[in-house]
Amino acid sequence: MHESMNDSANQPQRKILTFISRKSPYGQSHAKACLDMVLSAAVFDQQVNYVFMDDGVLQLRRGQEPAAIDSKNLSAAFSALPLYEVNNVYVDTQSMQDRGMSTEDLVVEAKPCTAGHIASLIRQSDVVFNL
Amino acid sequence: MSSLILHDHKPIPLDKDGYLRNLEDWSEEVAAKLAETANIDLTPAHWEVISALRAFYAAHELSPAMRPLVKLVTRELGADKGRSIYLMKLFPGNPALVASKIAGLPRPTNCF
Repeated sequence: MHESMNDSANQPQRKILTFISRKSPYGQSHAKACLDMVLSAAVFDQQVNYVFMDDGVLQLRRGQEPAAIDSKNLSAAFSALPLYEVNNVYVDTQSMQDRGMSTEDLVVEAKPCTAGHIASLIRQSDVVFNL
Repeated sequence: MSSLILHDHKPIPLDKDGYLRNLEDWSEEVAAKLAETANIDLTPAHWEVISALRAFYAAHELSPAMRPLVKLVTRELGADKGRSIYLMKLFPGNPALVASKIAGLPRPTNCF
């Protein structure tokens, strides 16, 4: 009891940060920038929701071979998210369907969700990053 | 410092913070030289952390910041080693920065 009271007194307040990544992985830097922000937020012990929608779902696709365009493999980082304690990873079902993808195509486990679900995540968040 | 000189006089280019410019330049000799610049004598305890870091980078193309580094070491080398104090003793200062440098990884980006 004492300990938990001390904890809440000493620890800076945790905010709920929701990152909505909606661009394809290569060709522009949005996807990488979003990943970097997610990792930084996680390192600072914030509560992170990482949402992939629109073309952002392509970031999660298996079999990316960006070495051919001299790029680092963004998707390699996603399997390290648990190590950063980023466990709330969501993927928009409709965006996947529109692009002929299913959960079997994903490099990491992400929670399939609907637009309604994303709306409620946004409502619960202190800050939303949309890029 | 802008380059590291090996015993065969081959210069290895470094960036302004002393990290390898070309990750493929890394070798055990390079690691030992990089450690020397941080006044560290590499022991088996250092090498196992370096190996874990290099394997992590090979898999994820990320240089871990401090907290994920601690979790990584816990997972790979056991809970007795996955502690900040243990890593601080091996890589004094900022273990995430120092160990990444010696392991030939890029500077962790979200680490201060």
